[in-house]
Amino acid sequence: MDKQKREFDLRSFARNNAVTIMFVVLCAICMAFSGQSIAYVIYELFGRLSRNAFIVLALIIPIVAGMGINFAITIGAMAAQISVLWVIEWGVGGVPGFLLAMAMTVPTAAFFGFLIGKLLNKMKGQEMIGGLILGYFANGLYQLLFLFIFGNLIPLKTPGLVIKGSTGVANTIDLTSGAGGGIKYALDGIWRTDFGTALYVVCALIAVIVIVLLALRKLNVRKGGITLAVLAACCLLYQIPAVAGLFSMVKVPVVTFGVVALLCLFNVAIMKTRLGQQFRAVGQNRVVANASGINVDHVRLIAIVISTVLAGWGQLIFVQNMGAFQTYGAHEQVGLYAGAAILVGGASIRKATNKQAILGCILFHLLFIVAPPAAKFLFGDAAIGEYFRVFISYGVIAMALVMHAWSGVQKKKKAYPGPEALDPTPGTRKGARVFFV
Amino acid sequence: MSAEYVLQMKNITKRYGENTVLSDVSLSVRPGEIHALLGENGAGKSTLMNVLFGMPVIHSTGGFEGEVLLNDEVTHVMSPHDAMLKGIGMVHQEFMLLPGFTVAENIKLNREITHPNLFSRIFGKNLETLDSKAMASDARKALDSVGMNIDEYTRVHGMPVGYMQFVEIAREIDKTGVKLLVFDEPTAVLTESEATQLISVMKQIAQSGIAIIFITHRLDEVMAASDAITILRDGKLAATRRTADTTITELAELMIGRKGEAMVEHDDRPAPTGNIALKVRDLHVDMAGEEVHGVDFDVYEGEILGIGGLAGQGKLGIPNGIMSLYGSEGSVELFGETLKLGSAGDALRAGIAMVSEDRKGVGLLLDQSIEDNIVFNAMQIKNEYLHKIGPFTLKDAKAIREVGEQMIQDLDIRCFGPTQHAGTLSGGNQQKVCIARALVMNPRFLFVSEPTRGIDIGAKKLVLETLIKLNREHGMTIVMVSSELQELRSVADRIAIVSEGKLVDILKPDASDADFGLAMSGIKPSEHAEKGDGE
Repeated sequence: MDKQKREFDLRSFARNNAVTIMFVVLCAICMAFSGQSIAYVIYELFGRLSRNAFIVLALIIPIVAGMGINFAITIGAMAAQISVLWVIEWGVGGVPGFLLAMAMTVPTAAFFGFLIGKLLNKMKGQEMIGGLILGYFANGLYQLLFLFIFGNLIPLKTPGLVIKGSTGVANTIDLTSGAGGGIKYALDGIWRTDFGTALYVVCALIAVIVIVLLALRKLNVRKGGITLAVLAACCLLYQIPAVAGLFSMVKVPVVTFGVVALLCLFNVAIMKTRLGQQFRAVGQNRVVANASGINVDHVRLIAIVISTVLAGWGQLIFVQNMGAFQTYGAHEQVGLYAGAAILVGGASIRKATNKQAILGCILFHLLFIVAPPAAKFLFGDAAIGEYFRVFISYGVIAMALVMHAWSGVQKKKKAYPGPEALDPTPGTRKGARVFFV
Repeated sequence: MSAEYVLQMKNITKRYGENTVLSDVSLSVRPGEIHALLGENGAGKSTLMNVLFGMPVIHSTGGFEGEVLLNDEVTHVMSPHDAMLKGIGMVHQEFMLLPGFTVAENIKLNREITHPNLFSRIFGKNLETLDSKAMASDARKALDSVGMNIDEYTRVHGMPVGYMQFVEIAREIDKTGVKLLVFDEPTAVLTESEATQLISVMKQIAQSGIAIIFITHRLDEVMAASDAITILRDGKLAATRRTADTTITELAELMIGRKGEAMVEHDDRPAPTGNIALKVRDLHVDMAGEEVHGVDFDVYEGEILGIGGLAGQGKLGIPNGIMSLYGSEGSVELFGETLKLGSAGDALRAGIAMVSEDRKGVGLLLDQSIEDNIVFNAMQIKNEYLHKIGPFTLKDAKAIREVGEQMIQDLDIRCFGPTQHAGTLSGGNQQKVCIARALVMNPRFLFVSEPTRGIDIGAKKLVLETLIKLNREHGMTIVMVSSELQELRSVADRIAIVSEGKLVDILKPDASDADFGLAMSGIKPSEHAEKGDGE
């Protein structure tokens, strides 16, 4: 009996985490065939995590608010790129340039987010396809802006920003121009250190917080003790030369990861506010939320605005790390890759956490790192790996959608008392149902 | 100073366009009183409550006539939220609870207790941190007051239905300043013991001075719980009674009432009692909102059996279950042969046809011509009206035209011709197309579900006459499901009344109003008579 139950649990665990498990297996296989050293893979992974994690975390709030994956973050990325263009044109570099770009992104992205939210409120239930198509549509406007308006109607003076002998903004925008080496590495470069130092600093910081919380009796002793023990174990483990060797190539951009950590904290903290409660209520059942007096449309609008602004900042982090970006292409796949990453981490289109976003980001980019060399080893052509990862991104999203539909059907079959009471869709029960619908 | 009435609704009249749904209805509720609101579907209970709660559906359709007084003051309730602020609460029939939230979170939904933090001082109240301890202790108090000892940190998901009802009540009680609570069919989903507990909780609430409007169709609960009763019928006030001065039989009579003469003329005849055409045993149907929980009945060859009852009680589930349009279990025999449940195709091939209540949903292809609609099922199920040319199957246009014209003539479908789109027909004529489609299947047995829903009175008569003609002239056995009792009484040989998924009784069309009223509230008239004699 006991054994049977355990087997059943294992099965449901596998079913609930099918995408994640599949990815772990896939990564392991590619890793084995890639011939890359673990140290190199870890080095690459840290780089990719630092520039991509933020934008993936920006997806969480709309998912909690029941709007699915916000593919319209593409538009937030466009807002960021517009800001970057002007910061470069004005020649503001370094940290001030980056902060200026961040500040400029807020109103533009918030305005775009407002428009997106308005539209998505008109198409409840189809937010994901709506956001996706909106991204494509906005791309047209973006091209109009960059090909015709900037550089023509509004002249750009900085050399290299405009296509020579033609009109419009150049294909690639280089972030190294401008005072103080431009805004390349503006955030990453503030404090970059080797893994060991970063580890000690982070552990020390967490330890101090835990001890303070313990002193204030806001944390129970057992939990605090375990946290401290884990921190100590991490530091001790790093003393083993073999382990330290794995991280020897890594240079940690501490501030960038600090910003990512702040966003994680923000995601947690906002869920503990009245607004967060409203996000969750609207996400679970719009009818119930509306009946209790919550302005559902307004809450959804806020969720999208926050997500779009965060996505814009995420794109800023991305481009400052890359040092240059494709003017007409850098934003295109943002929504797709971020959406795929969060799904890989075990999130669904109705439920997502920080942990899932980070795990998904790690697995998804791990595959990006090891797939091309593995493909080169197996098929003699790295391009197959390239093809493979695009194929995988779409595949993951499709699979997540199918699994969502499928688990919905499963739940309906599992008739427990009063399933219709929990059904979020207003059905056709009794005449009196018109109340509050 | 306390007012004599907490709520007075005076001479309320509400029209939707030409259609008067409430006319001159008044309702007065004293503080601390349990006031039952009785009536059939469509009697106007929902509309009256929509007026009380200031639902958008009322304001957007031109408002209403009459006035609403709260504590003797004329009040205009502009929205449900406004109603809440004015101290009117609602315990929903469909639980307005979020499964992923804890009991405490649900009770405090959108009325969370918060304390300010750094960000909320800058960005406003919405960013204040939740004080989950204070919320839990408030929830605890509310739960205690309804006598529920469930932990306030439990998630609602997976909770027994009865518990959810009490959580819902606790939420209303927790709202400060509640003066009037509306309970909409609160006992519909509860077990008997839960229902008893609920009634005692309601009495407890009433004792604390909060008035209660109790909407239900269960007459025995009305007698057990209420102090006063208002009965609506056809949008009019039928009667107001003190519970002590009335009897369950009188209530049943008042609720049904006589609604004019028979709608169609036909000869009286003895109900056929020869061969059994359809034998149904222990039928269970899983149709959301119309579940059937174990029904047995026989239909005799050549009769018209009516199935009546209030909406949501399962009468629609019976034909839909036997046709396997929804998941169903049980044993069904058609003319002595077993009918396997689970495939609508099997049912159609066995010779049962159905005219669905959902004319626009599953009934008709509105963008197709009348003739295509008529032959659609015959084509799909029986492969009739088709040519076979090698691997291709083509429509037999000539045969389709012939049968289309024949049906238009036989059933007197008013149209320009067989190629007119079904969507452009009037409701009554659409219904006739549905019947025609059932007929080209050459059925031995016909289910007709809500044939007169949403069509005008002249068209109703035509549809009913068509059914009688089919029955008398072609000997078709018909089971007709309808919410309109008067219609059943004028057409059917026997009428089965369904309540809460079970068959209460099969009555004669000329049985008394009281009997029908009792049956609809789930009380078997003959048994009630025996009990009544004993009293």
